[in-house]
Amino acid sequence: MRAGLRAALDSITRIRGVHGAVLVAADDGLIVAEALMEGVRGNAVAALAASLYQRFLRATEAAGVQRPEFLHLQASQGSLLVVPAPSGVLIVAVAAADINVGLARLEMIRAAEAFA
Amino acid sequence: MTTTRAVEPWTLEPLRRFVAEAGARLALLTTPAGQVIAQHGFTRAVDVMAAAALGAAIAASTAEINRMLDEPKFRALTHQGVRHGIFLANFETPRGSMLALVVYGAGSSIGLVQLFMEDLVRELAAAAPVREAQPRTVLAADFERDLNQSLASLFGREI
Repeated sequence: MRAGLRAALDSITRIRGVHGAVLVAADDGLIVAEALMEGVRGNAVAALAASLYQRFLRATEAAGVQRPEFLHLQASQGSLLVVPAPSGVLIVAVAAADINVGLARLEMIRAAEAFA
Repeated sequence: MTTTRAVEPWTLEPLRRFVAEAGARLALLTTPAGQVIAQHGFTRAVDVMAAAALGAAIAASTAEINRMLDEPKFRALTHQGVRHGIFLANFETPRGSMLALVVYGAGSSIGLVQLFMEDLVRELAAAAPVREAQPRTVLAADFERDLNQSLASLFGREI
């Protein structure tokens, strides 16, 4: 894995409560790089998170508020966080329910800016 | 309204689920020789026959390149067009090898198609009936009749 990609993933996965992070091609839903805990299906997370992002993108564009900058999907036992990078890559994090969302968001936006 | 139809009834529900989940516009299950097993989204028999023949030809030529390179069997090919993507995969079932030809649009992605293809392969393996002890011999004289019966099953009418 390229050092830049590894560094981007590491900056997110070292936050307490983050179970893993994936860089996903937004159009294809394919994994660019991943650092996930064992047992998490990376290809499923990548494909479905990209699909989710594309649907929200259509909704926000239809509403005239441009693209989503941060998605936080709170599930019963954890969270899915998505930040788009300008390069067409999505930064996706799988996290515990009690994660510090603000800190995770900040790190994910930093990682996204690094891809610009 | 687009419909899903199958010559082999046990393939129908897995294919329906795949199409719904992957957001495929067209889907075709065939044998490696191009004999149609099930289809979704095609409205004309001639399109099904052409797609089946082309899919089988692409799979055969790619398999031959693999063989020349001492690579394992042909598994999958993807073409990303401007408005549509095409995915062609070869997989095993208890009833033998199959090809899946999938066309998807902007509402889906190659990631989704690959993901749900894994489920389709699993579901087909679970749904496949036990192979007959004595496979039926295919005679040249039966070919046209079988083809017409298949097309009638796929389009729900006499061809």
